[in-house]
Amino acid sequence: MKNSKIFWLLSLVLVLSAFLAACGGGNESDTSTETPDDTGSTEPAGELDSEQVLNIMESAEIPTMDISLAEDAVAFNIFNNVNEGLFRLNEENIAEPALADGEPEVSEDGLTYTFKLRDSNWSDGTPVTANDFVYSWQRSIDPATGSPYGAYMMAGSIVNATEIAAGDMEPTELGVTAVDDSTLEVKLERPVPYFMSLMSFPTFYPQNEAFISEKGDAYASNSENLIFNGPFTLTDWDGTGLTWKMQKNPEYWDAETVKLETINVDVVKEPATAVNLYNSGEKDRAGLSGEFAMQYANDENLVTELEPTVFYFKFNQERNGEENALKNVNIRKAIAKGFNKQDLVDVVLANGSLPANYLVPTDFAFDESNTDFRDVNGDLIEFNAEEAAELFATGMEELGVEEVTLEILGGDTETAKNMDAYLKEQLETNLEGLTINLKAVPFAVRLELDEAQDYDIQTAGWGPDYQDPMTFIDLFVTGSAQNKMSYSNPEYDALVESAKGELATDPAARWEAMAQAEKILLEDDAAIAPIYQRGLMSLQQPYVNNIIKHPFGGDYSYKWAYISGKE
Amino acid sequence: MAKYIGKRLIYMVITLALIATFTFFLMKVLPGSPVASADKLSPEQRAVVEARYGLNEPLPVQYFNYMFGLVQGDLGISINQFKGANVTDVILSRMGPSAQIGFQGMLLGTVLGILLGMIAALRQNTWVDYTSTFVAIVGISIPSFVFASLLQYWFGLKWGLFPVALWKDGFMSSVLPSIALAMFPLATAARFIRTEMIEVLGSDYITLAKAKGASGSEIAFKHAFRNALIPLITVLGPMAVSILTGSLVVEQIFAIPGIGEQFVKSIMVSDFSIIMGTTIFFSVFLIVIILLVDILYGVIDPRIRLSGGKS
Repeated sequence: MKNSKIFWLLSLVLVLSAFLAACGGGNESDTSTETPDDTGSTEPAGELDSEQVLNIMESAEIPTMDISLAEDAVAFNIFNNVNEGLFRLNEENIAEPALADGEPEVSEDGLTYTFKLRDSNWSDGTPVTANDFVYSWQRSIDPATGSPYGAYMMAGSIVNATEIAAGDMEPTELGVTAVDDSTLEVKLERPVPYFMSLMSFPTFYPQNEAFISEKGDAYASNSENLIFNGPFTLTDWDGTGLTWKMQKNPEYWDAETVKLETINVDVVKEPATAVNLYNSGEKDRAGLSGEFAMQYANDENLVTELEPTVFYFKFNQERNGEENALKNVNIRKAIAKGFNKQDLVDVVLANGSLPANYLVPTDFAFDESNTDFRDVNGDLIEFNAEEAAELFATGMEELGVEEVTLEILGGDTETAKNMDAYLKEQLETNLEGLTINLKAVPFAVRLELDEAQDYDIQTAGWGPDYQDPMTFIDLFVTGSAQNKMSYSNPEYDALVESAKGELATDPAARWEAMAQAEKILLEDDAAIAPIYQRGLMSLQQPYVNNIIKHPFGGDYSYKWAYISGKE
Repeated sequence: MAKYIGKRLIYMVITLALIATFTFFLMKVLPGSPVASADKLSPEQRAVVEARYGLNEPLPVQYFNYMFGLVQGDLGISINQFKGANVTDVILSRMGPSAQIGFQGMLLGTVLGILLGMIAALRQNTWVDYTSTFVAIVGISIPSFVFASLLQYWFGLKWGLFPVALWKDGFMSSVLPSIALAMFPLATAARFIRTEMIEVLGSDYITLAKAKGASGSEIAFKHAFRNALIPLITVLGPMAVSILTGSLVVEQIFAIPGIGEQFVKSIMVSDFSIIMGTTIFFSVFLIVIILLVDILYGVIDPRIRLSGGKS
């Protein structure tokens, strides 16, 4: 049979083509979750319904529920609701004591913290002890665990973390000790001004050693093999499925604050399906992306929230080792001021985003008197077509050229492509002599080109790793991982250095140094050009109240949420 | 026959080995690393994580390690999609819903398509024929995401006859996705059967059967239909595989925990072991179906002989 040979070939081609077709689908870099938030009051306004059930959606599966191994938004969001650490971000996003019994004792040099623990239990009724923290932190820093966040969060802060992560010391030598069952002592290598908020991050939660060793390899493989100490417990999760629940945890120390009895979560990846499920009444909240945000722009149940993620142009001053037009500060400034950001967020993005004239996002970091960093440092680089045109002309004169051609490297999602097309049109209109070529690639490819420093201008974004301006401010110091663009300013480097070092125990001076560094980066050097701060629009039933959106760690807290007026 | 099947089985193993090899090396040229937070890890840490999954070995060593495991039926451990989960378990847990809606869709589509095609052929160039052709063209040309979205919007949201989405109400949850999947096999079957039937109905032996006084239905089913089936089976085999192994689009729209959308996600996140495992699983499926199709030929049409003339 001759035919069969053709089939063999066909089968191979089919499999390979299916594979290749799937590869072409692009890479979704955005792991943000689609879950509720609320901007409403913090006190229960109306009467509570007798049925306290919340129905929500996520946009991705849970890759792992092992605190030491997790690295994604979905898992962190669940940890924030089913587990708890020493501190928790409250309804105003200020870190407040959770498992810690009041504020810790801090030594004068800011290097030793002594936490007293309140009486609290695991979901099996056994007490949470100081040793659970010691075990958890040691497990996460142990290189054998392969924790993606362990060293990232601890190295350079907790004593010996760097050495242990590199395999030069034993995990037991980490600077954290259980003085007794309810006293935890943490030793730092340098003062960490944002240490309390850091303690609300899942990597610093306690883990139950007895439970984990008893479960062995089965630990965290499904909700049966997990243990909790937060407002809720995770149930009905089979390890790979698209559905799970959170149930009120009667063992939680603050259970009386928790109103919700059950939270039903389903993974829905198709935005249109999410909206249909919301409209059918099956779900209480749905994230709106792209065209849906515009379609529902005037819906009375629309909620808008601001995320602490800022997008900007990176200006590469030395592509593949050769200096280019972006080495010239006037060219950079001209581009940074050369496009209308308000129109971009209103018309092109239309998803609740804000124009960004800054790097450190608004509504993110607050000083000791709870003043937003943004209110201190204001707008730094704004759209101004005339000024931009002059700067560009000056820049070209300095370079001795008549025209400049640059490439913008961007993402291949619909949103990214629309934005880059708009920016090209704006820049070419406002800056005479400039030609922009667009290059849209999947996320993984963009990272590779960034690493190789093979681009002119790149649209990139950054979200925080801890709740402090520094998580943005130090991105572009000389030689840093994000600075694959040959930017270097000793003055900026020195300010960052001092804010991290000698000013660490002087909050006001440190704040001032960071503000100064941001000014240099944007106003003086235009090393990068901020574009927008991302917003997120959702539809939410009016009977859902008080879901809190956080700028750091888990995205949402359901601890204070309640249902009122559904019945 | 046994010799033929034996020979085919050997070819199957070789094909599988080739597919596994191709996929393995193609996958390694994909950009991106399965160590998702690679930018957060120090070089030492990254090395530890890579070593855990054997990613630090030279490519040929990785390849032989993988093939060695494969021969023993070990598909490995998921690197980042479902950290630490056994790949075989992941595939099995996701296969059920895909297979169910796939099977239902295939059955519905093929049966309706054959009926439609036969009626069209027997009533050639009448309004029945035109209507059936129209349905077939629509079925082939409307993309499944449009069709699935329309079903969801009208039958789910507006009329409330079936669940809008989610895999929670047993059979009811599977109805709309099955219908969405049925459109393509329906249109294909109708088209093939119509063309073949018309050709067969014009052939000499049908004229002879008519002359002998065979009834209309006897001619249609006993003589014409059986011959018209052969080209259909040729296309339905591979189509069945592609439908049973899950449709990214339909699964995503109806939020079904199927293998199709999970496979695509694994490629996005470069989870090598899941990509390999799923590809191999699909390939085995496809190869077996093709063998079955070849064997079926002989059953349906004795003129097709599977083995050489001498046996």
